[in-house]
Parts: sequence; C-alpha cells; structure tokens
Amino acid sequence: MTAVLQVLFDALSLGSLYALGALGIALIFGVMRLVNFAHGDYIAFCVFALLWPSIDAAAIVFLGKLPTILLVPLILMIGAGLSVLSEILVFRRFRNANPATMMIASFALGFVIKYLLLMLYSSRPKSIDLWSDLSRQVEIFGARIPPLQVITIVVTIVILLALTAFLKRTRFGLEMRAAAENFTMARMLGVRANRVIMLAFAVSGMLAAAIGLILVTQTGTVDINMGANLMLVAFVATVIGGLGSLPGAVVAGYLIGAATVIMQVVLPPDARPFRDAFVYGAVIVMLIWRPNGLFSSKATKQRV
Amino acid sequence: MSGRPTILARTWSTPVILIALLALLALLAYVVGSNPFNQTIIEIFIRVVLVVGLYVFIGNSGVISFGHIGFTCLGAYMTAWLTMLPAIKKSKLKSLPDIVLNNKLDYGWGLLAATVFAAVAAYVFGKVLMRLSGIAASIATFAMLAVIIQVYSNWDSVTGAQSSVVGIPIVRVVWPYFLCAVLVVLAAYAHSISRSGLALRAARDEATAAAASGVDIPRERLIAFVISGAMMGLGGALFAHSVGVVTPDTFYLGLTFITLSMLVVGGMNSLSGAVLGVVVLSIIIQLLRWLEKGVDVGGSTIALPLGVQEIAIGVVMIVILMYRPTGLTRNKELVWPMKKLSAEGSAAAAADGKTA
Repeated sequence: MTAVLQVLFDALSLGSLYALGALGIALIFGVMRLVNFAHGDYIAFCVFALLWPSIDAAAIVFLGKLPTILLVPLILMIGAGLSVLSEILVFRRFRNANPATMMIASFALGFVIKYLLLMLYSSRPKSIDLWSDLSRQVEIFGARIPPLQVITIVVTIVILLALTAFLKRTRFGLEMRAAAENFTMARMLGVRANRVIMLAFAVSGMLAAAIGLILVTQTGTVDINMGANLMLVAFVATVIGGLGSLPGAVVAGYLIGAATVIMQVVLPPDARPFRDAFVYGAVIVMLIWRPNGLFSSKATKQRV
Repeated sequence: MSGRPTILARTWSTPVILIALLALLALLAYVVGSNPFNQTIIEIFIRVVLVVGLYVFIGNSGVISFGHIGFTCLGAYMTAWLTMLPAIKKSKLKSLPDIVLNNKLDYGWGLLAATVFAAVAAYVFGKVLMRLSGIAASIATFAMLAVIIQVYSNWDSVTGAQSSVVGIPIVRVVWPYFLCAVLVVLAAYAHSISRSGLALRAARDEATAAAASGVDIPRERLIAFVISGAMMGLGGALFAHSVGVVTPDTFYLGLTFITLSMLVVGGMNSLSGAVLGVVVLSIIIQLLRWLEKGVDVGGSTIALPLGVQEIAIGVVMIVILMYRPTGLTRNKELVWPMKKLSAEGSAAAAADGKTA
C-alpha cells in the first residue's frame, strides 16, 4: 500500500511538470501553429534570474533573497515578459512563414538565450538553496513524501483550474479559444490577432516560470540545460495529446509522467538504464495507433 | 526528339555547379595546406554529406525529421567497431562478437559497412514510421532518435556507454571526404530526378492529387528514407574518422538542430539549398570563431568575448529567415545558363520551387 502511494505521488508530481510544459507549448501552437523550441530556454532564463550575473563557481543569490510573496509573482512576470518580448521581436515577423521556418527560428532564438546565459553565468551548474525545507520528507500514510511533491501537485491543479476558468469564463479566454479553433475566421469576427497572440505568449511564459521555480526547488541546482529535457517531453506530450488540444496536452503529460515512473519500478534492474528508450518506444507505438493524438482537434484535420 | 527536353537535359547543370563549388573548397584546402584549415574544409564536407542526406528525405517528402542523426550515430559506431585496433576493443568493448573483436579493417570498409548498416536500420524503422505524416511523423522520428541514443549511451559492454570511444584511425587528407560529398550530391540528384523522387515531390505538394494519380506515398517515402539514412550513416562514419573519438552525446540534439538549420537556411526543398546552407553557415561560423580568437588590428588584438559566436550565429539565422523565409535559394535549384527556360520548363520549375 505504502509503495503504491509512493509511486502514485512520484507519478503525479512528475506528470504535473510535464503537463505544465505541454500546456505552455500547446497554447502557442493553438494560436499560431508555432512549435516553440525556445520554451526550455525560457525555463532556464527564469531560474537564472534568481541569481546575480557572475561567472564564479559560487552562486550569488539576488532575486532569490526576496520574500516568497514578492518572488513568485516577480519570476512569473519575468517569464511572461521574456515570452512576450520574443513574440514582438522575432515571431511576429514569421506569421506567414511555413512551420519549418518558424520552428528553426524558435530554435535559433533558444540558442541565443542559452548562450546569453552561458556568457553571463558560465556553463557550470550552481547550487542554490530555495525553499529547501520543502524537500525534507514527511510521513503520509506510511509513505515518505517530500511536501514539495504535494505542493507541485496542488499548484498544478490550481493552475489548471484557473486557466480553465480563464479560458471558459472571460472574454480574453473566449477570444483565445476562437483563435485556436480557426484563426482567420476569428480575426474576421473582430478578434484582435496581436492581442490574443501576445496573451498566449504571456501565459505560456508564466507557465515556464512556474516550472522553473518547481524544478529549482526540487534539484537545488541551477543549470543551463535544466529546461531542455523537460521541454522535449512536453513537446512529445502535446503531439500525443493532439496538437492544439489543451486538455489533450495535460492528459498526455500526466500519462508520460506515469509511464516513466511505473517503468522505473516494473522493469527488471538490468533493463532500468534503458527506461527512457522504453518510454520513447511506447511513444512510437502510441503515434502509430493514434496519429492525430488522443484528442485531435478539428483544426489539425486535413481538408481536401 | 520533339517537344519538351528531358528532365536530365534541363537540370544537369545543378549537380555540376554544386560539385564545382565543392571542388573549389577542396582546391583551397590544397593550396593553403595548413592543418587547421584542412580540418575546417573536412568539417564542411562532412556537413554537406549530412545535410544533403537530410534533404533527400525532408526536402523531397516535406516531412521534417528530427531522427536522422540517429543513423549518423549508428554509422559512426559501426566504423569504430570495425576499424579500431583489436587490443583497444578487447579492453573497452568486451561484448562485441569475436570476429569483430579480433579483426581490424581498412577505413574504406568501415565507411561502406556504416552506410549499409544505417540503410538497413532506416528500412526497419521506416517500414513502421512511414505510415505517419505531418507533425506525428516528426515526433515519431524524434522518438526513434531518443531510443537509439538511449541504447547507445547505456549499453556499456558494446558502445562504452557515456564514455567516449577513442582510438578510431584518423584520416587527415581531404580527398576521401571530398569524394564522399560528391558521391552524395550525385546520388541525391539522381534520386530527385528519378521516377520515385518526382512522385514523392508531387505527394509533398499535393498529397491527395498524387495519391489519386497512383502514387504509393508510404512506399516512395520509405525509398527516400532508406537513401537518406544511408547517407547519414556515411556522414557519421566520416565524422568518426575525422576526429577519432565518438560519444553518443555528439549525435543528439545539437547536431540535429545545426544540420536542420543549415538545410532550412539554405532552402529545404532544393539540393542547391542544402549545399549552400552548409557552405554559407560554415563560413560565417568560421569567421566568428576566428574573431573570437582575436584579430590583430594595428598592433592591438581585438577579440570577441566567449559565447558571442553562438549568439551571433543564432541572430544571423533569424535575420536570414526573416527576409528569406524559404531559404537563401528560395527553394530553387541553381541552373546554368541562368537564361529563361522554355514556357513549360519555367512552369515546371515554378511548381517545383513552391513551398510545401
């Protein structure tokens, strides 16, 4: 029982991170058919914003010293700001380009952000102590679980609920859903393209910042590549979920998280190092079975 | 012979121009004769092999693949297994089959084996994956890359896991690389004017119409996938022999994106774009590296700070794509003479240059 509980919490907290990442990518794909490869670098940027730029081995905590109540909104704003800025400076000029060109442009942007961080902070991972109390394990029903896992799960649920309310209940949300469904038609009916797209970028950037905060608390280190791996899994999750479908992205994020944790437990010890190979193998099987994803939206279907 | 000239008669000048460009680079290496410059030219030829390999599948089918570098990894390790000294293999890669462990082949055989092995792997993966199209196919190829890399970076007794495999014979002369690049350009050209290549491009531009005209899309895609997989394997083997060291990490996202970028910046739907993208971006990267090392200006050395090179290359790529979204060649082939083609010819060329 306790073992099952442990696995459940591991799967849910890992899945939460993937779900948040997938949501950030799916939001932008929905409004402008852009697969944003710079998303992982937004995550890294937000985490590095906690530190003062220096190439010394020891981290100089800067924003990280602020009280939590100020720190969290500030980091979220930084994520949103960076994301909106990249829209204004770069992606706005690619509205009519084909998806491959946009994708390579987003990759190039990610490259620029990454090496900017590398120049300011050096490539060595640095350790930082942010809310480390949350990683100390406590006993819940006999399972030893760090409170951070519970917080991650709860925060994700809150974010998902808030986002759902935003999309379903407000005018902005309505405009965004309309734009995701059929962008040209939405514009003709009076939805302002720039505003909707900027909003999508802002929300996506905030999601990246939230992931960054959770990751840095979990690992206690700041690393240039910390967003990259998560971004890849999130990217895969958006496709499995059905590109353009927000619920699909979230469900697929949780599925991949669960698959990863369960395989870690179930696989024989000899095969454990190959866990990720099995996970990606499962992804291929899934795509062959459902090429349009679990929840394929109407916009992705090809018309003749 | 009446009416429209054959496709060969209309397009033969493209490979000739491209090969002339490569020959110029080879000649430059011969004339300059310095070791680092030699290595730079070798690097360009290897990238030409890789990016043209990508073009054969991506350019002709319109399906973006993130997985081709997986075949490069397969090729690089294959040639490493075959051409290293038995003594090194016995100490590091114990679980290789005895016949491989006890023998050492020439690097030429290593290149051939790498090409064939990658082609076979591409056939096996392609048989499953080519049913998919669009973004699902892209993700599936990425998953394939992840599977290959995960296996190679954890299979300790055969690939040395994360630690690098050293002791691969290093080939420092330019001509084998030049020869391979020329062969790959010719093969890509032959494929693109073949029946299969034309059918595949038709399917890229109008999938429904092509299918209705009897094009078996998965089959044509598979053919292109195997050819391009073979080229990627060859490129991997050449890479292994150019530096003498391989690790699985070399063949992951970094290389995937650099090669893809070169293809897109050049113009992903044309062979000329693939070659030009490599040459132009490589020259820019080399210039920036040179600036990073420092240049003497009137007695004082001016050097760019570390990291500026990568930032600059990213910015350059974004700017090129902003002004030329379809790449430097606008998806057209270089042809000689540059005069207007006949009415039918230009219509065909225009259709060919259309973005998918």
